Amino acid sequence: MKGTVSRRAVLKGLAAAGLTGCGDGAARRSIPYADQPEGVVPGVPDWYATAVEFQGHAQPVLAESHMGRPTKLEGNPDSPWARGATDAFTQAACAVLYDPQRSLAIRPGDWDAFTRAVAGLPARGLRILTGTVTSPTLARQLAALTAAGARWHVHEPVGGEAATRAARLAFGRVVDTHLRLDRCRAVVAIDADPLGPGPDQVRLLRGWSEGRPRLMVAEPTLSATGAVARDRLAVPARRLPMVVERIAAELGLAPPPPGLTEAEAAWAAAAAQALAVHPGRALLAAGATLPAESLALVHMVNQAAGNTGRTVVHTEPVAVVPPDGEDSFAALVTDMAAGRVEAMLILESNPAHTAPADLNFGAALARVPLKLHAGLFDDETAALCDWHVPLAHPLEDWTDLRAADGTATVVQPLIDPVFGARRRHEILAAVLGEPAAEARRIVMDTWRPVLGAPFEALWRGVLHEGVVPGTEARPARVTAGPPPPSPPGPAGDGLEIVFRPDPTVWDGRFAPIAWLQELPKPLTKLTWDAVAAISPVLAARLGIADGDVVEIAAGGRSLAAPAWTLPGQADDTVTLFLGHGRQRVALPGAGGYDAYRLRRSDSPWVLGGASLGRTGARVELATTQPHRRLHGHDDLLRPSAGPAEPPSLYPDWEYPRSAWGMVIDLDLCAGCNACVIACQAENNIPVVGKSEVARGREMHWLRVDIYHDGDDGRAQFAPIPCMHCEKAPCELGCPVNATVHGPEGLNQMVYNRCIGTRTCSSYCPYKVRRFNFFDYAGIQPDTHRYLRNPDVTVRANGVMEKCTYCVQRIRRAQIAARAEDRPVADGSVTTACAQACPSRAIAFGDLNDPKSRVAALRSSPRHFAMLAHLGTRPRTTYLANRREA
Amino acid sequence: MARHPILPPRQDYAMVTAEVADAAHGPAIRRRWWVAMAAALPLVAAFLASTGLLFWLGTGVWGINIPVNWGLAIINTVWWVGIGHAGTLISSLLLLMGEGWRNSLNRFAEAMTLFAAMMAGLFPILHLGRPELFYWNFPIPSTFGVWPQFRSPLAWDFFSFVSYILVSLAFWYVGLIPDLATLRDRSHGAARAIYGALALGWRGSAVHWARWRQAYLGIAAAAFHLVISVHSGVAMLFAGGPVPGWHTTVFPPYFVFGAVFSGFAVVIMLAIGLRTAFRLAPLITPRHLDILGRLLLATGLLTLYGYLADAFHAWYSGDAYEIRTLLDRVEGEYAWSAWTAVALNFGAIQLLWWRRARGSQPVLFAAALSVAAGMWFERYMLIVSGLYRDYLPSSWHIYDASLWEWLLFAGTVGVFAMLFLLFARWLPMVSIFEVKEVLEREGKG
Amino acid sequence: MFCLLAEFATHQKLTEAAGAVRRAGYTRMDAYSPFPVEGLADDLGFTEDKVPWLTFLGGLAGAAAMVFIQWWASVVDYPIDVGGRPLASWPAFLFPAFEVGTLWAVLAAAIGMLVMNGLPAGRHPLLRFEAFHLATDDKFFLAILADDPRFDPTATRRLLDGLGPEGIWEVPP
Repeated sequence: MKGTVSRRAVLKGLAAAGLTGCGDGAARRSIPYADQPEGVVPGVPDWYATAVEFQGHAQPVLAESHMGRPTKLEGNPDSPWARGATDAFTQAACAVLYDPQRSLAIRPGDWDAFTRAVAGLPARGLRILTGTVTSPTLARQLAALTAAGARWHVHEPVGGEAATRAARLAFGRVVDTHLRLDRCRAVVAIDADPLGPGPDQVRLLRGWSEGRPRLMVAEPTLSATGAVARDRLAVPARRLPMVVERIAAELGLAPPPPGLTEAEAAWAAAAAQALAVHPGRALLAAGATLPAESLALVHMVNQAAGNTGRTVVHTEPVAVVPPDGEDSFAALVTDMAAGRVEAMLILESNPAHTAPADLNFGAALARVPLKLHAGLFDDETAALCDWHVPLAHPLEDWTDLRAADGTATVVQPLIDPVFGARRRHEILAAVLGEPAAEARRIVMDTWRPVLGAPFEALWRGVLHEGVVPGTEARPARVTAGPPPPSPPGPAGDGLEIVFRPDPTVWDGRFAPIAWLQELPKPLTKLTWDAVAAISPVLAARLGIADGDVVEIAAGGRSLAAPAWTLPGQADDTVTLFLGHGRQRVALPGAGGYDAYRLRRSDSPWVLGGASLGRTGARVELATTQPHRRLHGHDDLLRPSAGPAEPPSLYPDWEYPRSAWGMVIDLDLCAGCNACVIACQAENNIPVVGKSEVARGREMHWLRVDIYHDGDDGRAQFAPIPCMHCEKAPCELGCPVNATVHGPEGLNQMVYNRCIGTRTCSSYCPYKVRRFNFFDYAGIQPDTHRYLRNPDVTVRANGVMEKCTYCVQRIRRAQIAARAEDRPVADGSVTTACAQACPSRAIAFGDLNDPKSRVAALRSSPRHFAMLAHLGTRPRTTYLANRREA
Repeated sequence: MARHPILPPRQDYAMVTAEVADAAHGPAIRRRWWVAMAAALPLVAAFLASTGLLFWLGTGVWGINIPVNWGLAIINTVWWVGIGHAGTLISSLLLLMGEGWRNSLNRFAEAMTLFAAMMAGLFPILHLGRPELFYWNFPIPSTFGVWPQFRSPLAWDFFSFVSYILVSLAFWYVGLIPDLATLRDRSHGAARAIYGALALGWRGSAVHWARWRQAYLGIAAAAFHLVISVHSGVAMLFAGGPVPGWHTTVFPPYFVFGAVFSGFAVVIMLAIGLRTAFRLAPLITPRHLDILGRLLLATGLLTLYGYLADAFHAWYSGDAYEIRTLLDRVEGEYAWSAWTAVALNFGAIQLLWWRRARGSQPVLFAAALSVAAGMWFERYMLIVSGLYRDYLPSSWHIYDASLWEWLLFAGTVGVFAMLFLLFARWLPMVSIFEVKEVLEREGKG
Repeated sequence: MFCLLAEFATHQKLTEAAGAVRRAGYTRMDAYSPFPVEGLADDLGFTEDKVPWLTFLGGLAGAAAMVFIQWWASVVDYPIDVGGRPLASWPAFLFPAFEVGTLWAVLAAAIGMLVMNGLPAGRHPLLRFEAFHLATDDKFFLAILADDPRFDPTATRRLLDGLGPEGIWEVPP
C-alpha cells in the first residue's frame, strides 16, 4: 500500500503512547512499563467515556482499550443524544486512528521550528480556516485570535448554509432546527434525508424507530429516508420548491404555484392532508437542495400546522456561527485572491479537494504568503501549504465537542498521539504565542468557570460520564415570518445534476479509510467506487448499462463517471457523489471521480442544463449484491402463509443453560450500516479490496440486504447475520467437526479445525459464511494489527468464518456474572451489531428467559423465521416490515 | 457367445502373448508413444505450475467465491470419478456375468479407472483451503482429540474414494499378477527382475488359479457395489444440502447413470486409440466396438431418463426455489452449460442406433468424445447453477473459472495421459491370460 | 530332484494327464497353465473354499469396525451436537461402513489368496527351470514332486510318458 507506515514507526509511537491512566485519563507523561501499572489487568479491557468527531459534532462513545490500545467504540448510553448508539463512521473511527496513511511528521521542520514560525505572525492578516466548530475550547481560542485581529472562516463541503440562511429569512436570526421524529405520526420530507448519514443521524434514527411515523418523501434521487418511506415520489430538484409551495397553498399559506404535474399535485395534497390531520404530531422537513426561501416557507408551514415547538424544535445554534456566516468561505477565497491574506492556518479542512471548482481555491491559495496546515493526512491542501502538522485524532486528543443536541463531551485521549501528531489546541496555542501550553490544561480552563467548585471532583465526573450535564442547546423562542418568494430554479433544459455526500466516504474525509471504502453503500451495495446515478428511463433512452462510463458536462466543465441505474430516480436527474477522485492519500483500487470539479459555490447542490453522453468505455464495479429484487420470492421477508416449519424426524436438543437468539425488526432498519462496521471492528474482519469484492469474496460477517419491491425506489433492508440454525445444514456438511453446535445453541466455527472444504457454505441457505480465499488477514496494513480485538481469533488463509453472535461478549458477560454469583441479566449481553444499532432494530438475548426482549419480540404477530420451510430452525429471526405483515 | 465369435480366427495362445507383450515395442510404435508423451508432458507441467501457485497463494487463485465456492475442482472430481466407473463395471459386473468379450477390455479399462480415480481424488484435496490437513478426514485422533464428522457426505466420500482407489488398485493388481508372470518369463535382466518381483512368484499352478479365481470373483462382487455406492456418495455430497437443484432423491441413480455413461465413452476412446496406435486390432475387434457402442447408447438413454426424472421432480415438488433453479438451468446465466450438455450427450449417440455407425471408428470415437465432453458440461451445469442462485437473491453471484482452474483441469488430463502411456508401455494393455481363456472357450487354442 | 515335469500341448491333455496321475495314486503333484483351466484343480483334489469365506468375513469385520468407530467417536469419545442430529446417527454411519467393509473384503480376498498360495515366493525350483517359462505363454505342465510317497524316478517317468507329453524333464531343486 502506498505510503505504508513502517511497523517500527508505529511501535515507537505506541511505546511513547504508553499508558493513558484511568478514570480521568490523566496521561501527561509516559511511564515505563517495568512496573505493572495499577488498574491494568491483561485481557480485561478498560473503558473510557469520550467522543469522536464528525463534521465538528461530537459522537459520544465509550471506548474500549486493550493494554493501552483503543480497539472499539460504542455509543455512550449516558449521552442523551447517542443513547448508546453510533453511526457507521464512528464505528470506523479506530480504523482512522491507526490508518497507515496518516501523516507522520511536521514538515518542513520540527515542532520547535513550527512554533518559531508562527510566533512572529502578526494576528492581523492571519486567517484561520476550519470545518464546523462546536468545541467550546476551540471557540474560545478562535475568539482570542479574532480579538487579536485574526479572522476565522468555516468551510464545510456538506454544510447547512441553506438552513442557516432560511433561519435568518424566517426568524431573523440563526437557530438550529431539531426534528423530533419520535413525536410524529406523519413526516413529510421534501428531499430531506433525516435517516441518512450525517452528524445527527443517530438521534434521528432513534426518534424514527420510536415514533415510526408514516413517511412521505418527494426527492430527486433515492435516499435512505425515501427507501423506507410509505409514499415516495421522484421529483426533479428544480421542481421541489413548487411542491413546498403547493403544500403551503393547501394549508392556506400561499397561492398555489402553477405548473405542477398531476402526480406532484396529488402527492402534495396528500402530504398537506397528512400534516393537517396530525396537528402537532407531524412535521414537514426539507433538505439542502432547496433554496433558503423554500426552507423558510417550511418553517411557516410547521408553525401553521402547530408543529413548531412540538415536533420541530428550535434551539440556539450548536455550531459556532463564523463571522461571515454562510458566506464565510466565499469571503475568504475572495480575500485570498485579492491578496488580502498574509498568513493562513487551515485546521482539518481540505478545500484543495472539496472547494467548489468555480472558486478556484488553489490559485487563490497560491497568493497567500504563509500557509500552515494541520490535519490527520498530508492531503491535497497540505501539499499546497508551506507547513504541515500532523493532527491528533480525537482518540489521541484533549478537546471538547458538542453533539447535535448541544450536549457537550470532554474528549479525553486513550492513547498518546500514535504518529507524533500534535493536539489541535496546542497548535492554536502556539499561534497565540503559548507554545508550551498543554491541551489538557487549555480544555480544563474552558470548563473551570462552567463547572464551578469543587472543580476537580466535577471534572472527574464529567470525564467519567462522557457528557457535561446541562449543556444541551437552549430552546429558542422564534416566530416565523413570511419568507420572500423562491427564486426561479436553475435555468436551462437538459438534465439536472444533484450532488450528494457519499454515504460511506462522506465529503472525501473518509476516502483513505479502507473499511469505509469497502462498506457497501446502503442503496447500491457498491464498494470502492462512486457512480453517477441515473434513472432507468434515462438509461433506456441512452442505451446505458450499469458500469458504462458516461461524460457529464455542466457549466463548461465535465467529468467521466460510471453510470448506475437507481430505482426511484427522477427521470432527468443525475446524481453525483462527492468525496471520490482524491489526488492524495487515495487508496489503491478506489475508483470514482471528483464531483467537486462540477460543483458551483452559488448553487452547491443542484446544477441545471447538464448533458450526459456515452464514452464507450466501461469499468468493473464491485457490488456486494448484484441482485436487488426478490425475483418473485416475496415470501422471504414475511411470515409464510403455510405451516411455519416442517416436523423433524429427530428429537430436539435441550438447551438448559441459555438459548441465545436474535430478533431483527425489519420495520426499523434504514440500512445505515452501523452494525456492519461495528461487526467489522469487533471481530477483526479484514478488508479484501475491490477486485475481491467484485469476485464475490467480501468478508463482512453481517450484511444488510436491500430489496426493491417496485420501481418507485422504496426498498426493504434486511440485515443478515448467521442464523445460528438449531438444525444447521452447515454443520452436517463439515467432515471434520469444524463447525458444530454449542450447548447454548450457538453455531460455532472452529477455525483451527477447519480444513476449508467449504461444504458448510454450499449448504448454507442464507449464504452467511465467509471464506479466506487468500491470506486476507496478512494483507491488512501493518498498523491495523493494533486495531485488532485480542478476544477474537485472526483467521488464517483457507479457513471459513462467520458471525459468532459475538461469543466473546457472551463469555465476558458470563464470567462477570459468575464472578458476582448472579445470573446473566437480559441486556447485559449484546452483540456488536445490536449495540451499535441506532434504531434498536436488533435485539439479542436469552430465549430461555421469558422476560427477555428477544422472547417478547418472538411472540409478535410480525415474527417469522427466514426460509422456515427448510426446517433449519434459525435462532436469528425477524419481525416483518409493517407494510409486509 | 458361440453365435458371434469375439476374436478373429487364426489366433493362438502364443500369438496373443506376443501381440500384447510386444505391443509397445516396435520402433514405429515407440515413436508414436513418444509423440503422445510429448503432448502430455506440457500438460503435466501446467498441472505442476497451477498446483504450485495454488499452494503458494491459496484457493483465491481460482474464480470461486461465495456463493459458488465449489467450481471446476469439484466438477472435475465428479467427472473423473464418473469415468472410472465404466472400468470397474466392465471388470466386475461383466466378469460375474461371464461376458467373455470383456476380457479384451478390462485391463486397460481398469487402468483407466485407477488413474481416473486418482485424478478424482486429487481435486478434493487440492480444493481445500488448507490441503495439507486433508488427513483430518481419517478417523485418527488428532492433537485436538476431535474425530471426523461422520454424518457429512464429504466424510462418506472420503471413505468411498479411499476405498475405491485401493479396491481398484487391488483388483487391477490381482488381475495383473499372471500377466506379470508372463512378462517376467519373456524378459531378461533388470526388466525380468522387476516383473519377477511384481509377479510375486506366480507360476500358474492349478491350485493357485483356483484360489485366484475365488478371490477375483470375490473382489469383483465387492467392487461392483462400489460403482453404485461411490457415485451415489458423490451425488449425496450435493443432495445432502438444502440447495435447490441438488436436494433430491433422484440424484444418486442419476449420477450413477451419468458416471457409467461417461466412463464407457472414455473406454471407447481408449479402445480405439489403443487398437490403432498399438496394433491391438486382433484383440480389440469390431465386435468389441459394436458392443461398446450399444452400451454407450443404452447408458446414454438411462442418463437421459435421469435428466427427465430430475426435471420432473423439480417441477412436481411445487417448490418455488426448485422450479426457479430448473428454469435457471435452461434459460439462466449458465444455460449454455445445460444445452451444451444435452446436445453433446444425447445428440451424437443417436447415430449409434445404426450398426454401420457403430462399425465406424471415427463416428464411434466422435460420439464418445462428445459424450465425455458433454458429461463434463453436465457437471458444470449441476454444480454451478445449483450454487450461483440459491435462496436469497442478495447472495446470488456469478462464477467464472480462472485460468489456473482451467490449467489444473488440463493438467490432470495430462497426468492421466502420462500415467496411461506409462502403463501402455510397460504393462500388458490387454489381459493376456483372459484373452487366452476366450480363445480356449471359442476352441481356437 | 524337485520334480518330474511333463509338458502338454493343450489343456485337455493336461486335464487328462492330471486325472490319470491322480488315479495312479499320486498325491504330491501340481498342474500349471497359462490361464485358469476349468476343473483342473478339482482333478487335483482341490475342494477348499477359504477365500470366499475370508472375503465375506473381512467385509463384515470392516463394516463392523467402521460402525463401531463412528459410534464410539460420535457418542462416547466426543459427543457434540452437530446440526441438531442425534449423536448416534445410524443411517449416516451406514454409508462409510459399507465402503470400508467393501475395502476390507477386497483386501482380505487379495491378501488371503496370496498368503494361502504361498506368494510372494521369490525363489522356486520351477521358476529357475528354463523350459517351464512357457507355462505362462502357451504350454501346459504337470509336475509330480519328488517327495511324493509313490515317486520313483523311472516308474513315474514311465507313467508320464504314457500320457502323451511334449517332453519330460527332471527339475533340479
